[in-house]
Amino acid sequence: MAYLEFKNVGISGLAAAVPGNIIDNYKFTTYFDAESVKDVVDKIGIKERRFADKDTCASDMCFAAAEKLLTDMNIDRTEIDLLVFVSQTPDYKMPATSIILQHRLNLSKSAIAFDINMGCSGFIYGLSTVYSYMQQHGFRKALLLDGETRSKVYSPKDRNTAFLFGDAGVAALIEKDEKYEESIFSLNSDGSRADLIMIHAGGYRNPSSIETLKEKVIDEHGNMRSDEQAYMNGPDVFNFLIREVPKDVKNTLEYAETDKESIDYFVFHQANDYINSYLAKKLKLDKDKIPMSIEKFGNTSSVSIPLTIATELQDKLDEKKKVLFCGFGVGLSWATAILNFKDCHISELVEI
Amino acid sequence: METKFIDLLKEILEIEDRDLNLSDEFRHYSEWDSLGYLELIAMMDEEFGVSIENDDFGKLITLEDLINEVKNRMENN
Repeated sequence: MAYLEFKNVGISGLAAAVPGNIIDNYKFTTYFDAESVKDVVDKIGIKERRFADKDTCASDMCFAAAEKLLTDMNIDRTEIDLLVFVSQTPDYKMPATSIILQHRLNLSKSAIAFDINMGCSGFIYGLSTVYSYMQQHGFRKALLLDGETRSKVYSPKDRNTAFLFGDAGVAALIEKDEKYEESIFSLNSDGSRADLIMIHAGGYRNPSSIETLKEKVIDEHGNMRSDEQAYMNGPDVFNFLIREVPKDVKNTLEYAETDKESIDYFVFHQANDYINSYLAKKLKLDKDKIPMSIEKFGNTSSVSIPLTIATELQDKLDEKKKVLFCGFGVGLSWATAILNFKDCHISELVEI
Repeated sequence: METKFIDLLKEILEIEDRDLNLSDEFRHYSEWDSLGYLELIAMMDEEFGVSIENDDFGKLITLEDLINEVKNRMENN
């Protein structure tokens, strides 16, 4: 198995943006009774989420975060040679949203811009891609934008997924500096489990039609969704990740010739509190080293790792810190990274 | 192992008012739900080192089926 290794590239700044519209999960009772909602919410530990309005896209939150970051850090935009946008909720099927963002952010026409279509492991995939480009001579600065409007993807009438997902966008600035030293990435895929988290219709395999837009009862519990809303088989995803995720974390630590005691923070994808607590227990990790934002923002897919850093580790990444990222989900795809932070600027959270 | 499994299952599903029988169809317990299922997956992993994916799990109907499957998988581990 191959690991990616990079030297002297790192995240110099990070900003996050969320919608101002707060959903109180205990009051998300339009389709389910308050008592059973409370049981679910207590167990998954998601008290609040942010929902974008109908006119707000993932790219709008990334744009707001990027504007804040570039202004706060006083960055010369002509020095940004690369823009990567990670999302599964882009503005259009074509063109790539990153190219629209190149223009909106007033970046150079010689900047490289492309999208990466990945979910919960996506920030780590995006980061590894940006780090690879940054190994080239001549690259000065790169922007990694990662945004999701998962609230628009799942049915509010499907109890399996109705209480989990929220919206957010981040912008990360990536630069070269010897202070970042070495970083290591492990990236993994299992397409045999593609159907465990999937939007069945609306692409080109099963094109959009009147039939695919119809809301249907999907099980004996009366849960409802259309074929163009996302399906998730939570139990099998859980079955899979409690086997594979701890293994990948352990193997990556071993490859990096380090141990969990040397890691200052473990930033996991925020799936739900139950899953995250179980993984922490299984890996025997110190809870103080695991920042969590799930209670405030829910599962924001690929955005959840950088959103957790932006909201929970502000002012904690000035001194040199060794941080492990681990993301897992739709694909199925999972990834682990060990990287160093120092003097990382983290902007105040933007609400739009 | 059987007693331990049943005790743990009762704890997960918060069943306090009755005993469970091997012939019970566990999905018919009024306490059974998707979160209970998640906890059962975690319990089987943690206490018995076993995981049963959905397709195989779906074939298990009674509590006895479930316990036998866990036993078999423990032996093959």
